[in-house]
Amino acid sequence: MAVNRMFRTDPATGLVFHEPAEKLMRWNAVAAVVSLLVGGLLAIGVVLTRWQAVHLLPPDLFYQVLTAHGLNMLVFWIIFFEIAVLYFAASTLLKCRLAAPKMAWLGFWLMVLGALVNNYSVLRGDSSVMFTSYAPMGAHPTFYLGLILFAVGALIACFVFFGTLVVARAERTYRNSVPLVTFGAITAAIIAVFTIAAGAIILIPTFLWSVGLVEYIDSLMYRTIWWAFGHSSQQINVSAHVAVWYAIAAIVFGAKPMSEKVSRTAFLLYILFLQLASAHHLLADPGLTSNWKIFNTSYAMYLAVLASMVHGLTVPGAIEVAQRKKGYTQGLFEWLRKAPWGNPVFSAMFISLIGFGFLGGISGVMMGTEQLNLIIHNTIYVPGHFHATVVVGTTLAFMGLTYFLIPVLFRRELAFPTLAKYQPYVFGLGMSGAALFLMGAGTLGVPRRHWDIGFAGNAFAYEFPGAAWLMMALAGITGLIAIVGGAMYLLITVWSVFLGKRIVTPGFQLVRARDGMAPRAPAAGPVIAGHGSAGMVAPGTFVLALVFLTAFILYYFVNWKYLSTVWPLR
Amino acid sequence: MTISYTRDKVWWKEPLERTELIWVVIALIWCLIMFFMMPYWHIYGQQNLSNEAYRAKPEDFAKKAEEMIEKYKVREEGPENLKVPVVRPPAGSDVYLIARLWSWTPILELQAGQSYRIHLMSMDWLHGFSLQPENINIQVHPGYDHVLTVTPTNPGTYSIICNEYCGVNHHTMASRLYVVK
Repeated sequence: MAVNRMFRTDPATGLVFHEPAEKLMRWNAVAAVVSLLVGGLLAIGVVLTRWQAVHLLPPDLFYQVLTAHGLNMLVFWIIFFEIAVLYFAASTLLKCRLAAPKMAWLGFWLMVLGALVNNYSVLRGDSSVMFTSYAPMGAHPTFYLGLILFAVGALIACFVFFGTLVVARAERTYRNSVPLVTFGAITAAIIAVFTIAAGAIILIPTFLWSVGLVEYIDSLMYRTIWWAFGHSSQQINVSAHVAVWYAIAAIVFGAKPMSEKVSRTAFLLYILFLQLASAHHLLADPGLTSNWKIFNTSYAMYLAVLASMVHGLTVPGAIEVAQRKKGYTQGLFEWLRKAPWGNPVFSAMFISLIGFGFLGGISGVMMGTEQLNLIIHNTIYVPGHFHATVVVGTTLAFMGLTYFLIPVLFRRELAFPTLAKYQPYVFGLGMSGAALFLMGAGTLGVPRRHWDIGFAGNAFAYEFPGAAWLMMALAGITGLIAIVGGAMYLLITVWSVFLGKRIVTPGFQLVRARDGMAPRAPAAGPVIAGHGSAGMVAPGTFVLALVFLTAFILYYFVNWKYLSTVWPLR
Repeated sequence: MTISYTRDKVWWKEPLERTELIWVVIALIWCLIMFFMMPYWHIYGQQNLSNEAYRAKPEDFAKKAEEMIEKYKVREEGPENLKVPVVRPPAGSDVYLIARLWSWTPILELQAGQSYRIHLMSMDWLHGFSLQPENINIQVHPGYDHVLTVTPTNPGTYSIICNEYCGVNHHTMASRLYVVK
């Protein structure tokens, strides 16, 4: 069989694109953006209903819209984009042809079909079971079927990615180890494989149960295994967006990791320990012992927390080193002040980093602490947390990468550059505000996934404190700001890709690379040393890290203090 | 381009840079502190979720609850067609609280400073026991009888709301809990 070995080199960046891989990246990115559009429209309904003063939708429609919002955002938008990132990290960064493009297309169309089937089931109105679909609450069989088809497609894509690594190795398209960004993508793909396996273990029996072939699904078993899928899929996001952070640091600053060993070991910790963290969804459940809970969520999980704390230092640290090398050496923070804050690729990445760390990371550890979970479980603190991790963290990082990819991958000029300049700020700050206010409301006991915290007409109505109502209103306003930011992103990307000015390179042509190989990588430069002060190459980043740690420690013990005031129970 | 860059050296043999080394050590110490905090609270803290749970059939659980209601019922509350019994069980006794679509039965009236063994179980789907304004939140499963030993502190009227989504009337699933002197 003839293998397509046609490549093109991007004139601005020198990146090499394999023709079939490029097409797949584009289509996956487009499918991702379409999912984001659907999820974003649904977000309007969610935000305007939970803002009690507006209370837009009736209850049945609200729960339906909330279900579809969760699935389109958390599953379809993010995973389509991640598949594009995987192909980029394997084919483009290793300058290698993509293995088995036909299989990759099969995977893509299965994912599209799965997303459509799942959305159809929710649209029917009898599958408003939320993203989590906890048995014994049942959905229409097509709900599970859609997810299974999507997962199979994603699994195929992961194996195309692994296959490409094998091809790259065999055809010697790179020297030494794979680049760090690819290493991060490998981490994401490995986690994806066992995540999807867990999903199959629980969704296939649940599908059979929904069509009447299995009699009983135990609710605790469902939650235990489902979260090995549901939480682990968020760990794919973490690995992927950390890889994107490193990529953007390299793209914008030419930054090289301070030490490969530290960064790669941190990724390795993700593979070994992130998975166990899914147990922190079960901290308030009966039937599991404290030993099990503590080991899984803390001992092991904190090694994964350690990994995130390491990336939180090494990414800005690498930027600082690169900036200092360029001469921004004054004081602790000149490198940061003189960073290109008007470049949306950078500003999106940096807001993503700060938001993920300060808001998402710290709150995640609170919820994952066995006893502290008692005062947080299933409150709206939880959506507050994951909007900080998955939206400010993952989504914003992906948005930043998009601004880089539009000229490089789609060969179009970025439309509305001024709008693009402000987009990460509007979206990032709006969503950070929403996350913060949701956490505040959760601390006051406001439940998640709840249509009416006013309990109108209920004889046993509970009156939430005024502060809780205020927090929900503020979350509504900041949520709308975030939606405006999302709309700006959609406008810019869709306009650029379909109507944007084409980038025409004189003499452009696809080049037949010999044996599927692009030119060999040039020999690497010397290891950076001798910059910075106080014997540190990145003193400014170190100070920022200490600020983070202080916030973390204070907030951690504030929560213990709060816990100590509630009713004793054992 | 630096994005696809790797050093010539074998990466695991590279020396560690000082910024990173110090940070890794600090972060690791903090992670260990957070880890030991949980066992510590099991020994010295007052708020730990019970490990006591039994598999049980919903109908058996409901029967025990009915017996308890009959024995300790003091009055009924709520609208005419949806009266909910209020029970005042003796301190230290086993107390049963049924969660079902979309109500909690019965309403408990407990004495401040006394301990009770509260049994939680769902008759159908998953529910969430959320005691407000204390903000104690516990998952309620069908088929698992979860026994919590609870000591209410201050007298007052508390609310129990459901905070696990359980269908279209989820937001109507609210009840009371009284603590008296």
